Amino acid sequence: MKFSLTWLKDHLETEATLSEITDALNAIGLEVEGVEDPATRLAGFTVAHVLSAEKHPDADKLQVLSVDTGAGDPLQVVCGAPNARAGMKGVLGQPGAVVPSNGMELRKSAIRGVESNGMMCSVRELELGEDHDGIIELPDDAPIGHSFADYRGSSPVIDVAITPNRPDCMGVYGIARDLSAAGLGTLKPIAFPGFATSGECPVEIRTDDPEGCPAFYGRVITGVKNGPSPDWLQQRLASAGQRPISLLVDLTNYLMLAFGRPAHIYDLAKLSGAVVARRAKAGEQVLALNEKTYTLDDSMVVIADDAQVHDIAGIMGGEDSGVQDGTTDVLLEIAYFDPARIGVTGRKLGLASDARTRFERGVDPAFLAEGLDLLTGLIVELAGGTASEEARAGVAPSEAQVVQFDTNLTARLGGVDVLVDEQRRILESLGFEVADNWAVTCPLRRNDIEGPADLVEEVVRIHGLGAVESVALPRMDGVARATATPQQQMERKLRRAAAGSGLDEAVTWSFLPMDAAEHFNPEGNALWVLDNPISEDMKAMRPSLIPGLLLAAKRNADRGSGTTRVFELGRRYFCEDNGVSDERATLGILLAGEKTQRGWANGKAAQFDAFDAKTAALSLLAAAGAPADKLMVMEPVVEGTGTQFHPGQSATLRLGPKKVLARFGMLHPATLKAFDMDGPVAAVEVFLDAIPAKKAGKGPVSFARPSFTPPALQAVTRDFAFLVPDSVAAGDLLRAVKGADKTNIVDAKVFDLFTGQGVPEGRKSLALEVTLQPQDKSYKDAELKVIADAVIAAAAKLGAELRG
Amino acid sequence: MTELTSNKQATLDQIEAATSLDTLEEQRVAALGKKGWVSLALKTLGKMNPDERKEAAPAIQAVRAEVAGAIDAKKVQLESAALEAQLANETIDLTLPGPDLPQGSIHPVSQVMDELAEIFADLGFAVATGPEIEDDWHNFTALNMDESHPARAMHDTFYFPDAAADGGKMLLRTHTSPVQIRSMKEQGAPIRIIAPGRVYRSDSDATHTPMFHQVEGLVIDRDIHLGHLKWTLETFFKAFFEREDITLRLRPSYFPFTEPSVEFDVGYANEGDRRVVGGHGDDEGHDWMELGGSGMVNRRVLEFAGVNPDEYQGFAFGLGIDRIAMLKYGMNDLRAFFDGDPRWLSHYGFSPYDQPTLSAGVGAKT
Repeated sequence: MKFSLTWLKDHLETEATLSEITDALNAIGLEVEGVEDPATRLAGFTVAHVLSAEKHPDADKLQVLSVDTGAGDPLQVVCGAPNARAGMKGVLGQPGAVVPSNGMELRKSAIRGVESNGMMCSVRELELGEDHDGIIELPDDAPIGHSFADYRGSSPVIDVAITPNRPDCMGVYGIARDLSAAGLGTLKPIAFPGFATSGECPVEIRTDDPEGCPAFYGRVITGVKNGPSPDWLQQRLASAGQRPISLLVDLTNYLMLAFGRPAHIYDLAKLSGAVVARRAKAGEQVLALNEKTYTLDDSMVVIADDAQVHDIAGIMGGEDSGVQDGTTDVLLEIAYFDPARIGVTGRKLGLASDARTRFERGVDPAFLAEGLDLLTGLIVELAGGTASEEARAGVAPSEAQVVQFDTNLTARLGGVDVLVDEQRRILESLGFEVADNWAVTCPLRRNDIEGPADLVEEVVRIHGLGAVESVALPRMDGVARATATPQQQMERKLRRAAAGSGLDEAVTWSFLPMDAAEHFNPEGNALWVLDNPISEDMKAMRPSLIPGLLLAAKRNADRGSGTTRVFELGRRYFCEDNGVSDERATLGILLAGEKTQRGWANGKAAQFDAFDAKTAALSLLAAAGAPADKLMVMEPVVEGTGTQFHPGQSATLRLGPKKVLARFGMLHPATLKAFDMDGPVAAVEVFLDAIPAKKAGKGPVSFARPSFTPPALQAVTRDFAFLVPDSVAAGDLLRAVKGADKTNIVDAKVFDLFTGQGVPEGRKSLALEVTLQPQDKSYKDAELKVIADAVIAAAAKLGAELRG
Repeated sequence: MTELTSNKQATLDQIEAATSLDTLEEQRVAALGKKGWVSLALKTLGKMNPDERKEAAPAIQAVRAEVAGAIDAKKVQLESAALEAQLANETIDLTLPGPDLPQGSIHPVSQVMDELAEIFADLGFAVATGPEIEDDWHNFTALNMDESHPARAMHDTFYFPDAAADGGKMLLRTHTSPVQIRSMKEQGAPIRIIAPGRVYRSDSDATHTPMFHQVEGLVIDRDIHLGHLKWTLETFFKAFFEREDITLRLRPSYFPFTEPSVEFDVGYANEGDRRVVGGHGDDEGHDWMELGGSGMVNRRVLEFAGVNPDEYQGFAFGLGIDRIAMLKYGMNDLRAFFDGDPRWLSHYGFSPYDQPTLSAGVGAKT
């Protein structure tokens, strides 16, 4: 909230400078968000005296003024205002001054051929109001040549953020009270203008909903004269960023901004019968002061008369009974509403207001009668009229909270020693009553106080958090212990392994456009879809890491960049049957664009292929601790629309037939089309949640590895070339060959794959290098023949024949 | 003997003049071959009497050795010349590039999370995690923000239509604080954890993204107070920014889940268009920058989390990971963090071998 320094000093007797005040505000928890000094905006504008006004020779509506600036010869100024005349005093902007309303710097110029050395200003040009009918007219005693800002009494405006627990500081007076407790000055007593009352309140005031509206006070004032507010009031409201409206409205705003006390004034002429606080009827409507119509339900409290609803209680008044310029008789309302109900109503209606902000946080229940008297006094003083006696319905909460306080808690919780007397002084200066036994009675306005910890906060913030000394946390003996879980260790290692293999780590949004999420959603999974997404592009929680990376690759391609090799280590979001979130750690990899650029050595650029994806998948599975040598390459899992991956160029890596640890391959052309992306694009998804956890051993960690026992004899290799039916997978042939003699055969590799001339249609030639490891003595020819026969026989079972 | 000498001289001259291994071989055959003149001279020794032989043999042997030595030397010389000629022929243009070796990178958010883990591990903190799709109870209620709490409205929460088991709403966590609740429920007290992770607010402008990263810190023990909080934050920032002149300022604030609540600022200097953390915020050319919120954990939160508030107390803090990454490493646009632009990733990303360690200083130097 904003207020001027002058306004603060209405309530705080202080010699402190502006910077001392703002430092103190920050120190006590009223964070200063900004300070603006209107004087800087009005620099170069001074009080001037118009000596003469002649008609402009070439323009009917312009006059040529001679203006006394208080220094040197009078200046010639051309002016178009109808009220400019000899003898008046006004505000002159001289060359160099910047007009606040439009940011233009004034210059010496010629207007229709007549020299003009400045500008006589209107209220609107100086952003002091709306009036633009003419230039500002100042009283005769305004000192010529004086700074206008200074003359006007402009004052720096302080903008303070009030935390939601401090509704008592949502008025300048409350801020003054806090500053005074912090030693910045003396809180002045509230000045109540006196007034006489005449007769009972002629309107019946009632609350039919003591829970929603425990207290409703009112008073009628007849014969008031509404109109513009006096300058002091307009200036204060303007400093708070409020536009002055009319005296009556401005005074209610003043009561709210100065004392945190919202009130409402009804035009008595628009009311009929008793004025009652009650629950709204479901479907009841009201046209509010913001000119919108709201439909209410029966959880909401309203103020109504016999005919209609006139006020959404505690939030906004009704348009129909609001005061007008011609209003003469008014009913003042000051009530206490249940804070929680105001909050719920405001949220339901989507209606924010300054009153709601205060009521839902809790206004001071002890400031009803005083608030009403203050408002009445101000109205009678400034707008005249005759006040009735006050009418009261219900009672505001009056039971004060008592907290038994142990002053040692300040050190124990706050970490700072504050003398007991000082603790008492602080609490008392904030309005707490401290008994000899430290039973602390809280002021009713401090509904944020729940227990002793809150009193510690009061003491510590006023005493100053700067006094809190750093104290080291107790430390375990010796070197810090390892804290990372196996999962964390695995993810760290995996991330660095992925980057080490040439991939850039990306962090992409957890949410996706609906169609992208659905395209990658496994069948039967219900996506998490946001109720209130920030945009359609961020609507569904991702069921896969690939679409987010694909969108990034597309942006990259659209920028004209050739290659994207990215990975992301993050979560996929699923839903368990019981509605609980199931967030699965996942590694996604995307390879798009050129794997190698065209170059002098290889000629053409090369694209990524499914084997690049396979290598990435296997090496990173190994880095993640999966048993990479035990994995089987199996057919892809068809998910969702079944068009995520190329059906013939993708596969899964499984541990056993069911357990899918990863999928990899080329993306389906339909996927690329859906993402408006040129291919080919390779992708990998490693399901980290599916990798079996290593069994944690009991006792201390052992770092020892098995002994190194290289075979004594050198291994030998034998080559076999087979003709194999096309349908036989190389992996199956290798597995069969390796299985032919598990003692002697330690490895088998494909070193050639050939189809075409010399190979019959429907078959392919696969050449294998088989590694044999002799055990305790070297092979004899006969032994090698036995092994070779076993290899050939095993291959034959798959339809392979040895090539001649 | 003069014949031997003259033959020797002629042969040595020819060896010297040889320009190829072949002509050298001819010379070897002519002199040392079976029918070569040296071999023939050696054969004459057999017909000599012992005295003659004793006189003649060393001379012939010496000639043989001299010729053989000359041939060997010439052979080495010719071979080496031939190799040189061959190598000269094999010259390639090494100003041409070798094959590319793609360099990967670690995202700044991951790098900074690793730095956090490393620093806080030294202070005895473990790293805790929790779900990002949370229920109302863990995100708000257990943190002392019941349904009607005005602070809830300030959280710009993303909601799901789904209901939690207790009937509350499912939502995207707005802060990492629910991990406090889950960790205390699981482990009880005493506890020291940090909880880094993704958080979400429906807020998007130049400096806010709907997803960002936060780290929560929680210490619950018997005698923990605000002084420990201040020390912990100071110690962390000193280690993180690797400078001793970090000045921390605590300011009173309000969070429903802490009491007392404080915000913490650090002093910084404006250097060019960059904010450089360090120094006292009130010094010339310096100012304060708010980095996060913290406080002593509210009794009610401890109760909700199943910890006895009469026995245990402690502090919690939260700060933005992306924010401190930007401050440390000089990024100025938060949105770019989540764009996946390889140019940005390789510019601001880190080498996989820059694993943060305390012995090297956790920061990655360029």
